[in-house]
Amino acid sequence: MNNLDYGWLGKLNWDSLVFSGFLERPSVSEAVASVAGSIVILATVGILFLLTWFKVWGTLWRDWLTSTDHKRIGIMYIVFAIVMLVRGLLEGMVMRAQQAAAPEGFLYADHFAQLFSTHGTIMVFFVAVPFLVGLINFAMPLQIGARDVAFPVLNQISLAVTVSSGILLMVSLVVGQFSTGGWSAYPPYTGADFSPGVGPDYWIWAIVFSGAGTTLTGINFTVTVYKCRGPGMHLFRMPLFCWTVLCASILMIFAMPPLSVAALMLGLDRYLDFHFFTNDLGGNMMNYANLFWLFGHPEVYLLVLPAYGIFSEVFSTYSAKTLYGYKSLVIATMCIAILSFTVWLHHFFTMGQSPTINIAFGIATMLIAVPTGVKVYDWMATMYRGRIRFTTPMVYAIGFLILFVIGGLSGVILANPTVDFQVHNTLFLVAHFHNVLIPGVLFGILAGYNYWFPKAFGFRLNDKWGKRSAYLWFAGFMVTFFPLYGAGLLGMPRRSFSYADLTFKPYMIVAFIGAMIVLAALISLVIQFIVSIRDRKKTQVPVGDPWDGRSLEWNSPAPVPAYNFVEIPKVTDRDAFTEAKEHGEAYKRPKVYRDIELPKNNPLGFILCVVSGILMFALVWYIWWLALISALTILVAVIAATFRKETEYIIPASQLEKDTEAWLALVEKSEAVSRDLEDSPRNVGLAKLEI
Amino acid sequence: MNPVSSPKSPGSINPHEAIHRDPEMVIFGFWVFMMSDLIFFGVVFAIYITMVGATAGGPGPKELFDFGSLFAQTMLLLTSSLTAGIATVIVKHERSRAAFLFWVVITLLLGMGFLALELYDFAGMAEKGGVPQRSGYLSAFFGLVPLHGLHVTFGCLWMIVLIVQVFTMGLGDVVKLRFLRLALFWHFLDLIWIGIFSVVYFGGWVYG
Ligand code: HEM
Ligand SMILES: [Cu+2]
Repeated sequence: MNNLDYGWLGKLNWDSLVFSGFLERPSVSEAVASVAGSIVILATVGILFLLTWFKVWGTLWRDWLTSTDHKRIGIMYIVFAIVMLVRGLLEGMVMRAQQAAAPEGFLYADHFAQLFSTHGTIMVFFVAVPFLVGLINFAMPLQIGARDVAFPVLNQISLAVTVSSGILLMVSLVVGQFSTGGWSAYPPYTGADFSPGVGPDYWIWAIVFSGAGTTLTGINFTVTVYKCRGPGMHLFRMPLFCWTVLCASILMIFAMPPLSVAALMLGLDRYLDFHFFTNDLGGNMMNYANLFWLFGHPEVYLLVLPAYGIFSEVFSTYSAKTLYGYKSLVIATMCIAILSFTVWLHHFFTMGQSPTINIAFGIATMLIAVPTGVKVYDWMATMYRGRIRFTTPMVYAIGFLILFVIGGLSGVILANPTVDFQVHNTLFLVAHFHNVLIPGVLFGILAGYNYWFPKAFGFRLNDKWGKRSAYLWFAGFMVTFFPLYGAGLLGMPRRSFSYADLTFKPYMIVAFIGAMIVLAALISLVIQFIVSIRDRKKTQVPVGDPWDGRSLEWNSPAPVPAYNFVEIPKVTDRDAFTEAKEHGEAYKRPKVYRDIELPKNNPLGFILCVVSGILMFALVWYIWWLALISALTILVAVIAATFRKETEYIIPASQLEKDTEAWLALVEKSEAVSRDLEDSPRNVGLAKLEI
Repeated sequence: MNPVSSPKSPGSINPHEAIHRDPEMVIFGFWVFMMSDLIFFGVVFAIYITMVGATAGGPGPKELFDFGSLFAQTMLLLTSSLTAGIATVIVKHERSRAAFLFWVVITLLLGMGFLALELYDFAGMAEKGGVPQRSGYLSAFFGLVPLHGLHVTFGCLWMIVLIVQVFTMGLGDVVKLRFLRLALFWHFLDLIWIGIFSVVYFGGWVYG
């Protein structure tokens, strides 16, 4: 292998640009690719132009890009995840269109393969994970009564590498081609022999960098939960969301390393001609399968546990009841976290291990249904005799409850190796995992978005459009994915860009219609956002407690000031804020105002984002000098950061007094509204005490 | 283990609020990080073990390892752990800066000696045809052992930075705390090396 023999620009040349493909062999497939590439370029230029036009660079730099505030970092994570969500969903639509149009179709096989590879990669690593990490970043420190996460600059760095990996994926739309090996990138297919292009390299570096970010995030959140809880916030007084965050963070710490190892070893195979997973010279692909799923299965629980946490908060808040079976929910969460490490083999029942092993892993898999069932009953019991309000988050939560159980049951079916032998690699599997990921994770994310939005921005999202979007999601999801169970049982393989057996066609057409409904759901989401901004004067909730919230994050103005709380509240029980409201302890003037110390802005995150992006690009394209320079720059930047002396700034007590007095005055003159008026303009974020 | 006196919080700040400088939290965070790194190593070890037989006709452990050099490497690394420990004790009892620096420099030199010998070993292996491209077994070997070496390299770099910081920032709480983490890291690398020695080298000698 002569990997070192490339010129100054490595493998890069004019033919790498996506447009050259269209110019050379014009076709619909190439046109789709070129349009996607153009959108990336135009959107980038457009955004840069708008930012300059509105002269917001200064604010952007000071308040966001260099911020170490966990709330702002959380919001940046979410913005990033939404951008990626749009791309991922559109790719889903295009694939559905292709299969509905098959066997004629309009995409090349290769192009279709890139679509499912980027779609899967993006949805898992760049939508679900960052969206959840964003919500956690925003809400968890507030819920436990902390000023910030344990390591604010590390938090910045995690965001930086996640975003730069996402940007790398966007770049892959314009230059070169992404992997065609699926989100799991199984070698030897993704090895140098079968995939000599740059595709798998794009996948490898995006995964390695964003994976490092996720591991660091897990460390950060774990330490935050253990060490930064406010006075009286015992572990068993934490909101359930914090428990799920703790368990998910531990999963990040333990489950991400196998993925990093797998991706790096694949990289060594590709770049330096190693033989970890090659067909020849002693390589062993099964090692990859084991490593990947040793990560991959816990990963799905890493995604769904925080979503369970969000649903727990939503059920309890909008039922106006304390969570039923709190302890059992905590224990179930832990059981799931542990069990998630014991089942990875169910991803390759068919790859040659003994029936004994298969059955052991099959049973382990089915066991997870038990704690999950406990949770479902606890949530239902929480609603029982509650004062339920059908707000948007609640609608998502109820939809989740029903649809997720269906998805879970199809999982129990798949956990039976004999059944799995029949339907693995068919659309049955695709239906199953979308059936857990969409209701479980995506609905959780959207519920959390609607739930915490007013806390973050000081005004509520439009409930009507929120519900429309939710119902369209339900409908769209069902129409898209339920037919796939059928097509899968009939034997239609997954990842096929075309098919000869026309029995499948009606199923694909229905699924395509479903995808259009999903598109409508996405559009409604956008409309909801725009309408909400338009109406923000009427939906402001500056007092900060629009939903009669039960946990500490509602105990502060909205938007939340940088320091979170003037005085960290003392916690005496679960549902700390409800407790405080009942005892007249909420909205009280602190006895003394004390200065507060906060981490300063830091440019390190932004620098690492840019430089790691360049590094990854250079590695993908074999531009060695650039890779070397950027790697050294990263090293120097990190070392230089450790020489900073003044890392904190002080908010003086006088400032705090001014802010707080203004807020308390607002509380004084605001009208407390009952839960029924939650969605009316009279709700300014002061909930009436109703027991 | 909490040898550093609590940071002094400025005047009117509530001691409970100065979370970002709480040494206990910083050290705990580092333990968590090492836990993750341990998994990383553990997985690479597991891969190595599955690939022990996959020599594909290429050279195996018996032909490749130089036990004299390995013994010397082990001694260097173990001694460096000891000297790092001495430096820790000095930091703990707030003894002199010069003594502290002395022991850090010794640790650094021992670490670099280890690296030099390791590289020399790799070169020797390559001479006998033991290159990672030769077989799955050798790929696994070169995935595992240099991973440890890379960690040692970072440890050395870290020491150099700390030495510079002792001069520019003084031996204050920040630098002390960094050194404590480095010492933990260094002992951890020792532990990994013992794993490598037992599994890779000793195991190779017995079964290779
Ligand atoms: C609701 C809109 C969505 C649509 C229309 C959609 C559509 C598709 C399609 C057509 C495939 C390819 C199936 C095949 O290869 O036969 C696919 C694969 C996949 N999707 Fe989705 N999807 C959607 C949402 C999601 C979400 C929310 C997630 C995860 C959070 C997700 C994760 C995946 C994964 C992991 C794959 C597997 C990729 C691979 O085969 O390597 N999808 N999706
Ligand atoms: Cu699984």
